[in-house]
Amino acid sequence: MKKGGRKFSALVVDDDQVIRNFEEKLLARFELETKVVKNGEEALKLFREGYTFDVVVMDMEMPVKNGPEWYGGTCRPLVQATRALRAMGVDCMIVGVTSRGDGPEKAELEAAGLNCCWEKPLNDKIVRTILDELAKKSS
Amino acid sequence: MEIGGEYLEILGSSILMTDYLEYSNALFREGLLDGQFIQLQMLRDDSNPDFVVEVVTLFFEDSQRILNELSKTLDEQNVDFKKIDANVHQLKGSSSSIGAQRVRNACIAFRSFCDAQDVESYGFCFFVLFPDQMCLRCLQQVKQEYLLVKNKLEALLRLEQQIVAAGGVVPTLNDVS
Repeated sequence: MKKGGRKFSALVVDDDQVIRNFEEKLLARFELETKVVKNGEEALKLFREGYTFDVVVMDMEMPVKNGPEWYGGTCRPLVQATRALRAMGVDCMIVGVTSRGDGPEKAELEAAGLNCCWEKPLNDKIVRTILDELAKKSS
Repeated sequence: MEIGGEYLEILGSSILMTDYLEYSNALFREGLLDGQFIQLQMLRDDSNPDFVVEVVTLFFEDSQRILNELSKTLDEQNVDFKKIDANVHQLKGSSSSIGAQRVRNACIAFRSFCDAQDVESYGFCFFVLFPDQMCLRCLQQVKQEYLLVKNKLEALLRLEQQIVAAGGVVPTLNDVS
């Protein structure tokens, strides 16, 4: 999908290589220019370097390895990453991909600035929904 | 009467395609694969003909590494359950992204058990009977499911190669689970 001739761009944030690979290809199939990174830190780094994206797709339950606040299976790292991105002034769509349904963390994520989250794994329906949202935003 | 070479070729690849559909349908019925695998198939095209093979191969390498890690961690004197949880979580994620449903389910079961082992978070625990052994059992289950789906996927991908070699087209799968 193009926005006045330009393709939409996406940033995938996931600590698993198999998933990064798959999501990158899936998004590329829908003509999104996609970059992939391993964790929230690397995502922040890209934004600091001046990269911009139309949408950031983050794994909900990324454990921050060796981090002092590793909660194993909660979305604390995602909350932190989302807050940090918003604090930096990043105002693009940020979506979470999760293996939990509507958990108690949902309110916290929305408060942190996450636009929405979906059940993992990413699939064509979710990507189409994202593209529809992006098209609405840009019109 | 001579049967033309082209006819034999079509017949040959038709048989292979039927075999392929039967084989893959069985995998869906048995819950080894789910709809996510079809997502992968969908992403294969002329510009990415080896996409499924690549993703599946990566999954095999990644999983083997994780399973080795898990064995090693469970072998230690003081088992680091958080490390176990992190690894099982990762395997759960990658297996679900390629549609390896039973591996994913085995990981979910493993994790819910490990949660009960994290004595710190509970303060006290009733189930102190041989926790390491129980985790080993969970690991064995995950390994079993992984080896099974690995076996089946390798066979499925070999069938695909045969179909293409015989001049046929790999049929599009439908989730019949």
